[in-house]
Amino acid sequence: MNIRSVSPTAWIGMTGIAIAVIAAAFAPWLAPYGENEVVGAPWEAASHAFPLGLDNLGRDLLSRMIYGARMTLFVSFCATVLSFSLGVVLSFVAAVTRGVVDMGLSRLNDLMMSIPTLIFALIVLAALPQNLAVLIGVMAVLDSTRVFRLGRALAGDIAVMDFVEAARLRGEKTLWIVFREILPNAMTPLVAEFGLRLAFAVLFISTLSFLGLGIQPPTADWGGMVKDNKDGIIFGISAALVPGAAIAVLTISINLVVDWLLNRTSSLKGGRGG
Amino acid sequence: MAELRKPDETPLLEVRNLKIGAMAYPPGERPHPIEIVKGVSFTLESGKVLGLIGESGAGKSTIGLSPLAYGRGGVTITGGEVLLDGVDILKLGKAGTRAIRGARVCYVSQSAAASFNPAHKLGDQVIEATLRHGLMSRSEARARAIELFGILGLPEPETFGERYPHQVSGGQLQRAMTAMALCSRPELIIFDEPTTALDVTTQIDVLAAIKTAILKTGTAALYITHDLSVVAQVADDIMVLRNGETVEYGSVEKIIENPDADYTRELVNVRAIRNEEAGDQSGRVLEMKNISASYGTTPVLFDVSLHVPKGQTLAIVGESGSGKSTLARVATGLLPPTAGSVRFDGQELTPALKNRSREQLRKLQLIYQMADTAMNPRQTVGAIIGRVVTFYDGLRGSARRNRVNELLEQIEMGSGFYDRYPAELSGGQKQRVAIARALAADPELIICDEPTSALDPLVADGILKLLLQLQREKQLSYVFITHDIAIVRAIADSVAVMHQGKLVRFGPKSQALAPPFDDYTDLLLKSVPEMKIGWLEDVLASRRISSAGN
Repeated sequence: MNIRSVSPTAWIGMTGIAIAVIAAAFAPWLAPYGENEVVGAPWEAASHAFPLGLDNLGRDLLSRMIYGARMTLFVSFCATVLSFSLGVVLSFVAAVTRGVVDMGLSRLNDLMMSIPTLIFALIVLAALPQNLAVLIGVMAVLDSTRVFRLGRALAGDIAVMDFVEAARLRGEKTLWIVFREILPNAMTPLVAEFGLRLAFAVLFISTLSFLGLGIQPPTADWGGMVKDNKDGIIFGISAALVPGAAIAVLTISINLVVDWLLNRTSSLKGGRGG
Repeated sequence: MAELRKPDETPLLEVRNLKIGAMAYPPGERPHPIEIVKGVSFTLESGKVLGLIGESGAGKSTIGLSPLAYGRGGVTITGGEVLLDGVDILKLGKAGTRAIRGARVCYVSQSAAASFNPAHKLGDQVIEATLRHGLMSRSEARARAIELFGILGLPEPETFGERYPHQVSGGQLQRAMTAMALCSRPELIIFDEPTTALDVTTQIDVLAAIKTAILKTGTAALYITHDLSVVAQVADDIMVLRNGETVEYGSVEKIIENPDADYTRELVNVRAIRNEEAGDQSGRVLEMKNISASYGTTPVLFDVSLHVPKGQTLAIVGESGSGKSTLARVATGLLPPTAGSVRFDGQELTPALKNRSREQLRKLQLIYQMADTAMNPRQTVGAIIGRVVTFYDGLRGSARRNRVNELLEQIEMGSGFYDRYPAELSGGQKQRVAIARALAADPELIICDEPTSALDPLVADGILKLLLQLQREKQLSYVFITHDIAIVRAIADSVAVMHQGKLVRFGPKSQALAPPFDDYTDLLLKSVPEMKIGWLEDVLASRRISSAGN
C-alpha cells in the first residue's frame, strides 16, 4: 500500500478511528480519573481539572468517554465481524447450491427480518442472562439477516459468471467456489457494507444501552452515557451531547475510510477510482 | 445553419489533423493523459460513404463521433478541426452543436436493442429528434418514417411504428434505428458497427437496407466497422486506422485490390488459414446420441446425434438461438438432457456434472466466448492456470510454477505474465490464457464456444493458428462452436449445421459444405461477407430463402 495514495478524507477518517482505538486500548493510562470515581458534584461545569465537566453522578466525563470507547468499540466490532461471518457464509452457500438449501435459508432470513429488530432484541435480551457474550451474539444474529440479503444478491450475480461455471466444470467443491471464486469478487461491496454495519452496530449498542438492556452500569459506554445524562439537557447541561457527538464522529470516520478502500479496490479491477 | 453554406467546392465534412485524448487509469499507476487519436485527416463529399476500419482501440468510434462534436465518457477533443460545410463545429458551443446533432448529423449505434427506450413505441422514438428540432410537423414526420420503413424493407411499414422495441427482431431494430437517423433528412449519418451484433444471415439484410437507404436519400455516411469485407460492400472510400493513426486512405478498389501498407494487406488476406480435412474420421472421442434438451419447459434441442472424430475438429455452426451452445452444455453435463446419451471414449457419461469423476472432467475442457468473464478478475494468470495443475495433478510449489510457465510458453506468452491480472491483458492474451487453462488439465477434447467471435480479425487468426498447432502437437480433439462459416472452412474436419434446435447437416467438411444444399445451409453459406466488391448484389440476386430475422 502506497502512503501517497491515501486520500485526505481517508486520513481524517483514520485519525478519528485511531483516536478511538488508542483511547480504548490505553484507557487506564489515559484517563485522568477512575471509570466510576466520583470526583465532584453532579453536572459540574467544565473546568481546568475536568475538561468536559462531570456527569449526572459527579464522575469525570472525559474519563468515562475514554473507558466507554473501550466497550462501545469492542462490542460493535465483535458483533459486526460475527454477523458478517455468519451472513456471508450462509448467503454464499445458499446462492451457490440453490434449490432447497437456498429456499430454506432465504425464507428463514425473511422470517427473521419481518420481526422488528429492536423489539426482537429487547425480548431476547430480557429473557436471556445479561452478559457480554449474549449481547454480542444477539446483535450479530440480528444484523446478519441484512448481510445475508446483500450477500445472496451479490453471490447470485457472481455465481452465474463463466469463471464460476469453469470452476464447477473442473469439479471444485462448494466451499472452494464460495471462498476462492466468489468472495474476492464480492469484497468491494462487502467492505462498504462492513463499514456501514459497524457504524450501525455502534448506534445499536448505544440504543440498547440507552434503553437499559445493553451494557450494564456502572460500566461506561457511549450510548449508556447519553442515557445517564439525558435529563441534563432539560437544564441546559450538554453532558449528553458529548458521547452523542463521539458516536457521530466515529461513524463518519469509519465511512470515510471505507469510501477510500472502495476506490482502491475498484481500481484493481480495472475500474476507475475517483 | 443553412445561411453559412459555402460554394459547392467545400466538401460536406472535412476533418483536419484531429487529435483526441483521454485520461488513463492503469492499475497500480498514477492516472496520466494518453492520446487516442493522433492527428487524423479526411474529407467526405455529400452523398458518399467513407468506411473507417480498424481493430478495437484503433480510435475509429472516437473519430466517428467527432462530427457530432462529441467525446464519449472522459474523452476530449484536444486539437484539429472538424469542418461541416466549412464551419468548424468544435468551436460552435453548446447551442450550436445541439442544432447539428440529430438534425444535420445523425448516429446509428452498434446495439440498437440497448439504444431504444423499451417503454416507448418505435414510431415515436424514430420521429422524436426531428420533432424536437422543429424540422417537420408530427404528421409529416410520421409520413417520412413510414416512407423510410418501406425503403428499409421493414414489414408493414404503415403500422411498424406502433410496435414496441421488444416486439421486433434485432435486425429490424437496427433498421428502425437507421430510419430514426434518416428521418430528419440529415446530411451525414454515422454508422457505428451497425451489423456487428447481428447474425450473418441478418447482417446481410441490414447491410442491403442501409445501402439502399443511403442511395435513395443521398445522404453521406461514415461507416465504422472492424470487418473489411462488410465495409467493402457499402463504402466509396476506406480509411484504415491503427492505434489512432491513419494506416492507409483511399478508394475501395485501391484498398481491397491493391493495398500499399502491410497492415492493410494482412486485413485483406485475413483467414487465409487452411487446414486440410483429415481423411480417416472413424475414431470417435465424443458421441452424442438422440439428444433432446430443454430449459425449464422450453425445448431447445430436438433429437440431435453427432460425434467428434478423434484428434480432429468438429465445427458446429448456426445462428444465435440454434442450440449450438446448449449442445456444449449437455456434453459438459451443465445441462442434463431430457433424452439421449453422451459417450466419451466409448464410456457412457452420467448426464449430471456432479456425478462425473475427476478423470472424466479432466478429459473434457471448455473455452468460453468471453475470456473476460471466464477468468476470475481477482486471480493472477499464475493462480488461474496453477489451480488446474494443482487440482488434477497435485503439483505444488516450484513444480506447479514450472508447469504453468511451460503452459505459458505453449500459448506463446511466456513466464512474464505469471503475476499479471486478467484486467492487464489484451483480449487476445486473455483468450490465450483461457486456452492454457484448458491445456493445463491435459484434456482429450476441448469444446471451444465461439472463442474468436469477440476478437479482432487478426487476433482471432492468431488464436486459430495456435489451436491448430496445439492440435497437431497433442492430438487434441475440438468441438468448435461458431456462427462463422469462414472459420469452419478454415479449420474443421467435420461439420454440423444447426438450425432452431435441430441438426440440419452433419458429416465430413467436404461433404457437408458441398452441394446439393438444403435451403438453410445455402442461406448460411451465402451470407458470409466476402472480400469482394459487388458481393452483396450478387448474393441478394441468388438467394433462395430470406433470413429468419425478417
